[in-house]
Amino acid sequence: MNFEKKDLLDIETLSVDEINLILNTAKSFREVLERPIKKVPTLRGKTIANLFFEPSTRTRISFELSAKRLNADLINFSSSTSSVLKGETLLDTAKNIMAMKVDALVVRHSAPGAAHLLARNLPISVINAGDGAHEHPTQALLDIYSIREKKNKIEGLEVAIIGDIAHSRVARSDIWGLTKLGAKVKVCGPPTLIPVGIEKMGVEVIYNIESVLKNCDVIIMLRIQKERQKSSFIPSLQEYREFFALTEERLKLTRPDVIIMHPGPVNRGVELPPRVADCGRSIILQQVTNGVAVRMAVLYLLLTRGGE
Amino acid sequence: MKVMDATEIRATLNEICQKIVSKNQDLSKTCLVGIQRRGAILAQRMSKIISRLCGQKLPVGRLDITLYRDDLSRISYQPILRNTNIPFSIDDKHILLVDDVLFTGRTVRAALDALLDLGRPARIELVVLIDRNHRELPIQADYVGKYLATSSSQMVELKVEEIDRKEEVVIIDKDGQNEF
Amino acid sequence: MSILIKDGKIIDPASQCEDFLDVFISGEKIKKLQKNLKMKEAEIIIDAREKIIIPGLVDMHTHVRQPGREDEETIKSASLAAARGGFTTICCMPNTTPPIDNPALVRFIHEEVRRNSLIEILPVGAITQNLEGKKISEMGRLKKAGVVGFSDDGKWVVNSQIMRRALEYAKMLDIPLISHCEDPSLSEGGVMNEGYWSCVLGFPGIPGEAEEIAVARDLTLCRLTGCRLHIAHVSTRESVQLIREAKKRNLKISCEVTPHHLALSDEKVRTFDTNTKVNPPLRSHEDIEALKQGLKENVIDVIATDHAPHSPEEKELEYPDAPFGVIGLETALSVVLKTLVQSGVLTLKEAIAKLSLNPARILGIDRGSIQEGKTANLVIVNLKENWEVREEDFLSLSKNSPFIGWTLPGKVEYTICRGKIVYKGE
Repeated sequence: MNFEKKDLLDIETLSVDEINLILNTAKSFREVLERPIKKVPTLRGKTIANLFFEPSTRTRISFELSAKRLNADLINFSSSTSSVLKGETLLDTAKNIMAMKVDALVVRHSAPGAAHLLARNLPISVINAGDGAHEHPTQALLDIYSIREKKNKIEGLEVAIIGDIAHSRVARSDIWGLTKLGAKVKVCGPPTLIPVGIEKMGVEVIYNIESVLKNCDVIIMLRIQKERQKSSFIPSLQEYREFFALTEERLKLTRPDVIIMHPGPVNRGVELPPRVADCGRSIILQQVTNGVAVRMAVLYLLLTRGGE
Repeated sequence: MKVMDATEIRATLNEICQKIVSKNQDLSKTCLVGIQRRGAILAQRMSKIISRLCGQKLPVGRLDITLYRDDLSRISYQPILRNTNIPFSIDDKHILLVDDVLFTGRTVRAALDALLDLGRPARIELVVLIDRNHRELPIQADYVGKYLATSSSQMVELKVEEIDRKEEVVIIDKDGQNEF
Repeated sequence: MSILIKDGKIIDPASQCEDFLDVFISGEKIKKLQKNLKMKEAEIIIDAREKIIIPGLVDMHTHVRQPGREDEETIKSASLAAARGGFTTICCMPNTTPPIDNPALVRFIHEEVRRNSLIEILPVGAITQNLEGKKISEMGRLKKAGVVGFSDDGKWVVNSQIMRRALEYAKMLDIPLISHCEDPSLSEGGVMNEGYWSCVLGFPGIPGEAEEIAVARDLTLCRLTGCRLHIAHVSTRESVQLIREAKKRNLKISCEVTPHHLALSDEKVRTFDTNTKVNPPLRSHEDIEALKQGLKENVIDVIATDHAPHSPEEKELEYPDAPFGVIGLETALSVVLKTLVQSGVLTLKEAIAKLSLNPARILGIDRGSIQEGKTANLVIVNLKENWEVREEDFLSLSKNSPFIGWTLPGKVEYTICRGKIVYKGE
């Protein structure tokens, strides 16, 4: 089957077939990453622009590597070096870059819908690398890939997402992808950080971390940001850690074959103590490797769509 | 139009393998790499035949060349990526690159690029079941099962039990479709 | 100037008339209203067969951006837009730059209206000076200068003591205080209704409770002071319930709802179209049902547009950065016909009353009725014709409408204000 869509903007509108197509394609690229020459000529001559209006090192580098391994050219545009400060709108910035004959845009922005705005107005492919708290589709795809790699399936698995759900685009994209593929998703965190209405997305809400940990196959930990203290979402990071961190003690409650994931960067000592982040059940680093393969798959599928 | 049936295919493959065995005294560094999908199936079969003929079990690998194609931006469909699985080092080896039909030579060109990205073989030889002419690149096979006279607008297809549930080589007349 | 309108069907909520009568207008007044009029001296004769004739609509809630943002809307362009939509009287809200908190600015508005407006524009004065919510404005002098109500619209008067004083003081002036009910500490940072959709889209939400807390407080102060209170743009089920109960206790309150809150739910925000970004935000289907019920029961007295023009540079931004507000004068009547009349929630007469007679009564002006001797403010509408809302057809200077591309019923063919034809549809 072909990937028919021009853009990858969210998981909400992806079908199960489309998700599987991307993941199966990613498998081939994962093999490329094991070769001595980790490059294929497939996207030679194509140019991809990273438009990052929010700081991000790992996602940006991951996309950069993905593009380069496919032999595409990549340019980086981040908001601190742009004319956005001078008042150029998002759309104008994107149009300017497109006028330099770029074939695809990878966009990260703090406003939900930013990637959709560009996709609607530009003829080239747009990949959403994170739009505010809305979605981060490639992260969810690599998360699902990583889970499948370890567990050989998604259907029927019990997945716990723990942390600041309200502000997390990773949580939303993960929820869409995992529920579409038949997993049972539970979210856990303080009530102030669980968005109103989330049960309608098909997840169970649990405030007590111990009860969630006892019955899950996969744990996805999310970052908690210091700023949440300021707006009184949580009284303090210390209290948050006391109630919601995945400590070594709490790890003992989990099943022996549970896998621990985190989209990164990990707040060592807050949601995950170093020993847990580095333990045998943690697949955090595999997520990063798989991320490059998944992003290569996305770039391949979008940029080799349909002939002239 | 059927031009080879199961018996002929088997006989031709046997002939090729006999030629390989007789031409090569030392097969200790020889490996078979088949081009996905049908070349890979032929390579698998060849390994068994050669093992029967001389006792040497040649390692077999599968090569997918989709990422190395030169026509990805021209075709209207998105080719399915299949797996490349070569579970041995190809450095300093004698590679027998196997494909079902040699036509324009572009598939083989892509396969050579892919192989050379994977290592540095000592020698690569090309084995094909059918050579149907109409080369667009200066590429020739070292072992050919059968030569077929065709016009460039025709298609030549190998059908195998494992994929198509029959064994035959057919020539199909079609109108101007661009098929690799 | 004299006009004779023949064979049209009058729909007049004030007199309960729904009959075929001819209308003869001379000067600014309706001179005769009878069957089969033959007025040879009529200079203009309009054939209104198959059409209805309704009173000129009255909008209690319009934002004209003059002074300050004449690029978005002026008194002149607002009057053109209003006339196209069938409105012959509109109230302009005081949150301009500078705000209408002193008599000099009221006089400025009157002068501009006199010179450039095709229709009647009545100013609303600010409740507090500079809309800061700290000191009450010179409400007496503002009324003397000609305001028909007070509002700090755009903002809620957070300090209850100040709001109490304002209500008490305004009591002697006998014109309504129009309150924009929104507790800013709850709505802060929000860009859409808090609910399933804000969860899915990852937007900070504005809970309905931000409006309900403010409504409850204002109703309580209304009970304390006995002043006339009008609640602007009601949007939630609970707000309707609070007002329902307050009316049962005979408090002097009235309230309004906008057409867009009746036609669009928060699900529409999933398109990320900034023409769905309004304050109060588009709410859920349950809220919309409650609003319709509220209109039916007369808990909600008025439909007002909250016409809020914004320039394209401001609306073509990412959703969180775009300002709140959509225009509405040119589509209000048709949207009401589609969402309330065609669906059977209100009869045609009831709907027209919400758009003309009821707001006129709350403002204490003699408008919204078709009777001999009254000012000739009328609209001739073709109910049988549908029209497509196109961006290029808007007479407003701003084009931020959520109804672009919609096909709506009811085409305004003539708008007559003070006996003059101020709009003629093609």
